[in-house]
Amino acid sequence: QQKSLYSTNNQRIEKILIANRGEIACRIIKTVKRLGIRTVAVYSDADRDSLHVKYADEAFRIGPAPARLSYLNSSAIIEAANKSGSQAIHPGYGFLSESADFAQLCEDESLLFIGPPASAIRDMGDKSASKRIMGAAGVPLVPGYHGDEQDIDFMKLEADKIGYPILIKPTHGGGGKGMRIVQSPNEFADSFLGAQREAAASFGISTILLEKYITKPRHIEVQIFGDKQGNIIHLYERDCSVQRRHQKIIEEAPAPNVSSDFRSHLGQAAVSAAKAVNYHSAGTVEFIVDTLSGQFYFMEMNTRLQVEHPVTEMIVGQDLVEWQIRVANGEPLPLTQSEVPFSGHAFEARIYAENVPKGFLPATGVLHRYCPVTVTSAVRVETGVEEGDTVSMHYDPMIAKLVVWGQDRLSALIKMKDCLSKFQVAGLPTNIDFLFKLASHRAFQNGEVETHFIERYKDDLFIDGANSISAQEADSAAKHAASIVAACICQKELATLKDKAPGGLHLWYDNPPFRVHHSAKRTVALEWEKQYSNSGSNLLTVSITYLPDGKYLVETGESNSPGLEIQVTQLSNNDYRVEVDGLSLNVCLAAYSKDQIEHIHIWHGDYQHHFKQRMGLEIFDDDETIDKPARVATSYPSGTVIAPMAGLVVKVLMKDGEKVQEGQPVLVLEAMKMEHVVKAPANGYVRGLEVKVGQSVQDGIKLFSLKD
Amino acid sequence: LASESLIPWRIYPGTLISTRNSTMGILPDTLDRSSESYSRNSKVMDELVSQLHSHIVKVMEGGGSEAVKRHRSRNKLLPRERIDRLIDPGSSFLELCQLAGHELYQETLPSGGIVIGIGTIHKRLCMLVANDPTVKGGSYFPITVKKHLRAQEIAAQCKLPCIYLVDSGGAFLPKQAEVFPDKENFGRIFYNQAVMSSEGIPQIALVLGSCTAGGAYIPAMADESVMVEGNGTIFLAGPPLVKAATGEEVSAEDLGGATVHCKTSGVSDYFAHDELHALAIGRNIVKNLHMAGGPELSGQTRADYKEPLYDVKELRTIAPTDLKQPFDVRSIIARIVDGSEFDEFKKLYGTTLVTGFGRICGQPVGILGNNGILFMESAQKGAHFIELCTQRNIPLIFLQNITGFMVGSKSEASGIAKAGAKMVMAVSCAKVPKITVVIGGSFGAGNYAMCGRAYSPNFMFFWPNARISVMGGPQAAGVLAQVERATKKKRGIQWTKEEEEKFKAEVVEAYDKEGSPYYATSRLWDDGIIDPADTRKILSLCISASLNRGPEATKYGVFRM
Repeated sequence: QQKSLYSTNNQRIEKILIANRGEIACRIIKTVKRLGIRTVAVYSDADRDSLHVKYADEAFRIGPAPARLSYLNSSAIIEAANKSGSQAIHPGYGFLSESADFAQLCEDESLLFIGPPASAIRDMGDKSASKRIMGAAGVPLVPGYHGDEQDIDFMKLEADKIGYPILIKPTHGGGGKGMRIVQSPNEFADSFLGAQREAAASFGISTILLEKYITKPRHIEVQIFGDKQGNIIHLYERDCSVQRRHQKIIEEAPAPNVSSDFRSHLGQAAVSAAKAVNYHSAGTVEFIVDTLSGQFYFMEMNTRLQVEHPVTEMIVGQDLVEWQIRVANGEPLPLTQSEVPFSGHAFEARIYAENVPKGFLPATGVLHRYCPVTVTSAVRVETGVEEGDTVSMHYDPMIAKLVVWGQDRLSALIKMKDCLSKFQVAGLPTNIDFLFKLASHRAFQNGEVETHFIERYKDDLFIDGANSISAQEADSAAKHAASIVAACICQKELATLKDKAPGGLHLWYDNPPFRVHHSAKRTVALEWEKQYSNSGSNLLTVSITYLPDGKYLVETGESNSPGLEIQVTQLSNNDYRVEVDGLSLNVCLAAYSKDQIEHIHIWHGDYQHHFKQRMGLEIFDDDETIDKPARVATSYPSGTVIAPMAGLVVKVLMKDGEKVQEGQPVLVLEAMKMEHVVKAPANGYVRGLEVKVGQSVQDGIKLFSLKD
Repeated sequence: LASESLIPWRIYPGTLISTRNSTMGILPDTLDRSSESYSRNSKVMDELVSQLHSHIVKVMEGGGSEAVKRHRSRNKLLPRERIDRLIDPGSSFLELCQLAGHELYQETLPSGGIVIGIGTIHKRLCMLVANDPTVKGGSYFPITVKKHLRAQEIAAQCKLPCIYLVDSGGAFLPKQAEVFPDKENFGRIFYNQAVMSSEGIPQIALVLGSCTAGGAYIPAMADESVMVEGNGTIFLAGPPLVKAATGEEVSAEDLGGATVHCKTSGVSDYFAHDELHALAIGRNIVKNLHMAGGPELSGQTRADYKEPLYDVKELRTIAPTDLKQPFDVRSIIARIVDGSEFDEFKKLYGTTLVTGFGRICGQPVGILGNNGILFMESAQKGAHFIELCTQRNIPLIFLQNITGFMVGSKSEASGIAKAGAKMVMAVSCAKVPKITVVIGGSFGAGNYAMCGRAYSPNFMFFWPNARISVMGGPQAAGVLAQVERATKKKRGIQWTKEEEEKFKAEVVEAYDKEGSPYYATSRLWDDGIIDPADTRKILSLCISASLNRGPEATKYGVFRM
């Protein structure tokens, strides 16, 4: 009935289901809400309390934590869309965003898929097929072999034709899985077979392609946009060269050190690529640029909104999600190619929960402290988490994207460094410090980016224990930080005590603490984890003298350092103004406890440090005295174990004559509803063990003896 | 309408009332900083204070570097370090009687071999008593016993839980006759523990070292006790004595270590793996005391108090270094009370005793300060004022600088003895906290009326310039010379002028020596010599500690009218 009232042309989206999670779900919801369109979130059991669920007008549970049972579960998502009355589904990136089947399923269910047509996804999803299409459309391709013939000898011949080094790559999948670089012909066979195995295991399809390996490549991609009327424009390029583990960590737009000629050639090539597959909505055409020859080649097309789309948004001043919705609604693109603004420079830094010194291994944990920088018109923080959330092993460990804009590249870079130094995350290891180092590197500042950047400059980017100068610098910076932390702890503790002191007792918590005819002193022991070496943590013991004017004299026990006079003003719960040797600076401290260890993080200037403190002082760890091996009676021959209490034998764990280790349970007694494990007091053989289960024993009787 | 205009503060209540209040009680700054006495006083006092500090530096070193090194090698902390880790981190600690035993025996005995003082643990005021094993193995000399008992006396008076940090070899045997048998000797420590425990004042012992013979009763008598594995031992007789008595050969740890006492004998309650663990358990025990009540008078205490208007450091220059020079005690009060506000009681009567109300760090106090000899009127005024304060539960501060009561026929006829007795009666019976600071001379019956040691003030301190004796040295020499001359005359012995002068000089010298605050503090006639500049701070902490006990009704004896 309703449908007949309005023509289909005029039908607009009023409710969108976002088939994703985390920061991208939040980001999409933000725009959708701004447009006055209702939002529907979906969540797995692990995300029940996540930010994207709270942001959305409605939220549907779609399954348990593993992605294949929830965010990849197309039927559950379609069901949620239908139940909620959504007209459209935005897939975000990752998960189902590049599934042609899912796009098709939406179409079949009369749901708008906010993205390209299923056919374009299918065409571009197969890397060999996409290259064929691109080659036909005149888009430059990396010399290589993309055929179906997969015989190893044939492939080897093809490789010889292209010339080494050669890149071996599975036709399906991504993320660097199964990729191999072959330097010389004699390595080819092993690498090829390895890549095949890995591809089969990861993607189920073991087809391999060969390409010329470019030694000093840049990764530059072009944002394109098309509407259903057939208009396709580009929104300039992004440089995503700086990568680790074949994944981007810093992206920028526009690409540094390229000419406007190059830029327009690249843009035109990208538009041609998109046109070849009748593209609409947002897409990205990735190129590999050989910095030595200046030549660019088509790599692949990503048929979705990319993680790094905000940098483009910042330089063109447009909201790409809004464009996607308008295009899905059937509207034409709001701008023509010549109307696209181009202003300033933008960076995106991806903040990950990861263990940088351990090869950027993903990390999990609780965000005990999460305080991103303040958002302005030039600073965006795209995030899907809040303080107290857990970064779990189920999904991508990205915590946030920091996006900054500046008039030019350098001013944007300065802003990004500032933001990174103030971006506070504690509770799990992150790459923030590493990103800061990366952004501070002179080669990066000069725009000398390439995909091997991190590997090339690893000596500068990682503190090496073998490099005594950088190690020493790191050590003394840690000591300085420990001094400030100690002073701040003293200030905070006293303030807390004084604040909560009953009656007139606040008098006892004045700063400095009163002593009759001398100054109060104190030592604070902080463990500092050396990030640059495996030698573990380093105990820094600082001694504090409370000075009459309320300052602290902090000494690290080094004979060559005279100690620091530190004055602390507490500004808020976590923020302090600290004056050290005439230098006054803002300091932020965050503390949380985990596994009976107090973790203290400090952000000061360009630095951040992480210290640990044993919380032993308030803890009873008497268990040891309770759990000690059974006493050996002195009135019996040595080695005799007697019953520590009267009780019932409920378990006999050893046989007579069996060999036991010290502390090993031998039998279990029960009395007063309590079980007591009788353990071997030493190594030896159990002798004379005659008690049986169900038997009652008296206190002090012999249970067994131990013989060597 | 006409009468309304006569009361202008009704129109502008806020401004006018505050002006009236703030100006009325504020003591003026009468200090003449350009005077000769100012510079002379400050020079002399600076010397006295630095002399005091040099004595303190010595006692802080404990039993010397060798003993300290040996002590540390056993994973032990020094007594003051133990206390620092026991009290709330970064909180104040009021150490008492630091110079006990100063030049008292042939042996040097820093701090009398024991550190005592008041601090907060989990926001609860406690008395801490820590043996210093670097000083003669922590053994008890007579003065050590006296100091330990003094700590218990304060604890009982202020109802402070007692934490004993035990690490002592017991009584110092060569002086057993002065340590063991008498009422106020070693046994009294355990008597006090028992009585305090019965009164609900927690007794907690941390056995951080040896605890032999009589010392074994400190943890045994405690409500709760903690022992450190390896370092802590408790036994009535050590291994050598056991071997001599029974022939049994046993190690100290097997005889009376933490394992034996926590697992088998039950002499101790908590097993600690090391000293820090023991101190942590000690803190936890206090945390779990959950005693009802708390600072009873805290309702009257203000948290937002003002500092005195004048520099407290100037107390060093105001203190009379020449006791003959008169000065106005109000200039001292002005540097002790909040905002230098002091509302005087009976200002125009009995002017040689200044009495009035003020606050010290927000805590209300009644202050009595000498401004000359006590006359009949001043003594009666003092008694009156003390009655006022006891009625209202206001702690009393005595600023003592007194040569005595007025003598002579006129004074006797006025009934000065009666008036003095009234004041002594009032001081004796007053059940409010009393704190005495001797800021100058403390002579004769003036010492009694102004709450000398015999009147059990909760705390009593000397300034470094103070003197104490039954009368002044020259006066005593005069009296004694007269008696001596009369005796000699009876026996028909000639006494030359030179001999008499020599006799007098000897008396003066003895009085001088015995009247020194060091002589006094060494024998625990006080709770410590303090820097005048610390007076306000120390008084504030003492009042706070004293208020830990709830108010008590005062009942006086018969006042002679």
